[in-house]
Amino acid sequence: MGRAISLVENGAESAEIILASLDEDLISQATILGITGPPGAGKSTLTNGIISQLRQSRKRIGIVAVDPSSPISGGAILGDRIRMMQHATDQDVVMRSMATRGRLGGLCATAGAAVRIMASCGCSTIIIETVGVGQSEMDIISLADITLLVLAPGLGDDIQAMKAGLLEVADILVVNKADCRGADTLAMDLEAVTRKGSAEPTQVCMTVATEGKGIAELLERIDTLDSAHRDSGERQKRRRGAHDQEVLDWCLEILRPTLKSEITKRKLPLLGDPRRKAKEILQEQ
Amino acid sequence: MGTAQRNRVLIGKPGLDGHDRGAKFIAQALRDAGFEVVYTGIRRSPEEIAAAAVQEDVAAVGLSSLSGAHMRLFPAVVEALKKAGAPDIPVLGGGVIPEEDIVALKEAGIVEIFTPGTPIDTIISAYRAACEKQPPG
Amino acid sequence: MPKHPKLTEWEENELAKSLNRFPERKEKFTNHGGEEIPRLGTPESPDDAYLEKLSFPGKYPYTRGVQPTMYRGRLWTMRQYAGFSSAAESNKRYRFLLEQGTSGLSVAFDLPTQIGYDSDDPMSLGEVGKVGVAIDSLADMETLFDQIPLGKVSTSMTINSPAAVLLAMYVAVGEKQGVAPENIKGTIQNDVLKEYVARGTYIFPPKPSLRLITNIFQWCSQNTPAFNTISISGYHIREAGSTAVQEVAFTLANGCTYVQTAIDAGLELDIFARRLAFFFNASSDLLEEVAKFRAARRLWARLMKDRFGARDPASLMLRFHTQTAGNTLTAQQIDNNIVRVTIQALAAVLGGTQSLHTNSKDEAHSLPTEESVRTALRTQQVLAHESGVADTIDPLAGSYYIESLTDKIEREALALIDKIDESGGVVKCIEDGFIQRQIENAAYQYQMEIERGERIIVGVNKFQIQEDKKPPLLRVNPEVEKTQVAKLDGVKNNRNNQQVTNLLARLETAAQGSENLMPYIYDCVKEYATLGEICNVLRKVFGEYKDRG
Repeated sequence: MGRAISLVENGAESAEIILASLDEDLISQATILGITGPPGAGKSTLTNGIISQLRQSRKRIGIVAVDPSSPISGGAILGDRIRMMQHATDQDVVMRSMATRGRLGGLCATAGAAVRIMASCGCSTIIIETVGVGQSEMDIISLADITLLVLAPGLGDDIQAMKAGLLEVADILVVNKADCRGADTLAMDLEAVTRKGSAEPTQVCMTVATEGKGIAELLERIDTLDSAHRDSGERQKRRRGAHDQEVLDWCLEILRPTLKSEITKRKLPLLGDPRRKAKEILQEQ
Repeated sequence: MGTAQRNRVLIGKPGLDGHDRGAKFIAQALRDAGFEVVYTGIRRSPEEIAAAAVQEDVAAVGLSSLSGAHMRLFPAVVEALKKAGAPDIPVLGGGVIPEEDIVALKEAGIVEIFTPGTPIDTIISAYRAACEKQPPG
Repeated sequence: MPKHPKLTEWEENELAKSLNRFPERKEKFTNHGGEEIPRLGTPESPDDAYLEKLSFPGKYPYTRGVQPTMYRGRLWTMRQYAGFSSAAESNKRYRFLLEQGTSGLSVAFDLPTQIGYDSDDPMSLGEVGKVGVAIDSLADMETLFDQIPLGKVSTSMTINSPAAVLLAMYVAVGEKQGVAPENIKGTIQNDVLKEYVARGTYIFPPKPSLRLITNIFQWCSQNTPAFNTISISGYHIREAGSTAVQEVAFTLANGCTYVQTAIDAGLELDIFARRLAFFFNASSDLLEEVAKFRAARRLWARLMKDRFGARDPASLMLRFHTQTAGNTLTAQQIDNNIVRVTIQALAAVLGGTQSLHTNSKDEAHSLPTEESVRTALRTQQVLAHESGVADTIDPLAGSYYIESLTDKIEREALALIDKIDESGGVVKCIEDGFIQRQIENAAYQYQMEIERGERIIVGVNKFQIQEDKKPPLLRVNPEVEKTQVAKLDGVKNNRNNQQVTNLLARLETAAQGSENLMPYIYDCVKEYATLGEICNVLRKVFGEYKDRG
């Protein structure tokens, strides 16, 4: 499975054969859970807690953890496994760390493929974990059926999160480190904000991920919401959106190298409107 | 394409030794040299490291130990990788390792051993070379 | 010129009292020409700034030292950390050291012991007896201190997460020897907070760990009042790559956390605070290190007084052990390490340390040989008896550079402590990784300076030679794991297993509540419950801490 994801990630030709042979039934049945939030909120620890809980019911689980690439070197340190190492030798916990590789889009395509490969290998829940900053991270969250936004008191980023529009994409707000000072205030603030002008306010859950507290309740809420979305057609709508986004990503991924070499080849004059030049190239292609 | 995979490595500390200054430095230096580094932290069993290496499909595994347990632990990771079906992933190691242990470790399948004071460029080149030997992804 | 009244006041009070109780080592300290070396250099007329910032030795804020006569009264304790392989082999080494006139032992435990695993645990693979001695049960502790009178010897134990268990074993061995707990002397490191950020031998999450530490403070104040209950350690923070300022700041911030936790648990400040000890690193930047020790002493005194309202002078004094910086030892041209260690040890002495461990030249290769340990000890003896730096107190005081650097380190460390407080305290900053990141960045930057050749390490990136890299090495007997496991099996077969099961169950119930766990742990070890069994009960109740990388 690890090799298959690599092949997709690196755009190998053989990837197509793999992706074409996936089990579509399993993919449509699996639940894709997005977990996002600012650094330090406890995403990985919460993910770890969710894995432990789900493993009690013997479910196979996949995790795609995304970390940013260094814009300078292109390298990355992928450290999300550290807090999940207790599941390292569990054959039914499949994890893949991914670097954003500084792409505009594209990440959505490879992460989407990784999720489908995991689902097709029998993972009934797949978690996508990512820091909630930057457009590419926001894009891949669109792959999820249900999205959690994890916040913690005292980080001072609750307001930032609102600014970044993360509150809008979240289905459930998780106030982690609920045993710390300020947790109740944060929860009340969040409830007040989400209630404003919304018929169906976003739910707020309290957890202490380091102690596993509140995770069972959180999973119940996720389940309930997921069933509701399946019944109402919301889930299908989201999958459609994600699917179209992925197709678009692939289009750009496929076109990019050709277009790039075309542009270099033409040695275009510096003067003139770049947009117009782009249109001309596309028309000729 | 196809070469990016060769820049994916795992850095981990087998055993109970918590001195991770060296391992973290190597991880950061490899990142700055363009590698994607899966860092698994301290206090890992050989089996955990091998399982992570397989799931993450890395091109090389780097180990660090300062407690003197390298003669047991480094070969144990090589064995665990074999058992996990990934005998082709090269293993590199570093730490407080006496010169006279290096031959035995290489015989046990560790491809490179770095001792204190090895310049970082030498280490990065060794990782690059180890990754290049992997079949293209 | 007449003496400043404050100087006279100090001489008539603190100094006179001290001289009365402990006369100085010599009637008269003289130089080669026979001229007398003065006890203390001061400005001719000390101004207010001097009195506020430096004052006199043994007087608040203790910048110039914690005792009025410092090394003229008594030299620092030369305490060499040792221990390897089995309890029997380490016992031989300790008895040898004691025969040579050592009065204090310093026990190194192997990593499984430090992390609460028995020698037969799968996680112990390859680590048994490697960096210290393996202790599984009271039986090993009995062997370790066989024929060593615990009523006379003071023992320092580098043990943190399972400190309660090893302390209980030590007191139990004492009782078997007929030594009452109140006569037990020594120190346990017991500083778990720095394990999360720098050293890695944590077991439980911060909250239950702090509970265990507070339990120890309380139990010791009632049972072993002569025992130092914690050694708050900057040593490993520095080894992990921090700057000098970070070392001071993170160590004292940890110290404040322990103090606050104990106060919150209802303990009396001036009873437990006098048993707090510190442990710092001595690195090669001589002048910065001297300033660091002085700044740490002054800052702690001020924090204890201003933040916590401590009144007893013993609560305000930062007493510390020092070890030379292991990370500065090179594998190349190892004789150069003796020179490095000399400079570092000199820094510790000029900075007023209470005890000192000097590293051996071969430690970048493996555990030190007996011969290299001897040279390391000799280095301290040369400083003590030949260099003259022990004959006058705080000799660098008043240097423009040293004083401004002392002020600067104190100011910057305090700013960092304030920042930690504003961010929710030490535990939160550990969980968020703030402290770890600070150390990591400092370490990375420093190492890159070496890699780029901007910082010269003699013999490593400059002045290299071709050498035959084969110093004589100490090897740990590879059979130790097998014999240790066999001994453990023997213990389990010969104890009252029903009783052990009952006591472990009682410990589990107590851990779920809020009682002091020390009495329960003490009962368990006396019935030969193993370290691993006790820690596993606590793991079940408390959970395990996960590295955040």
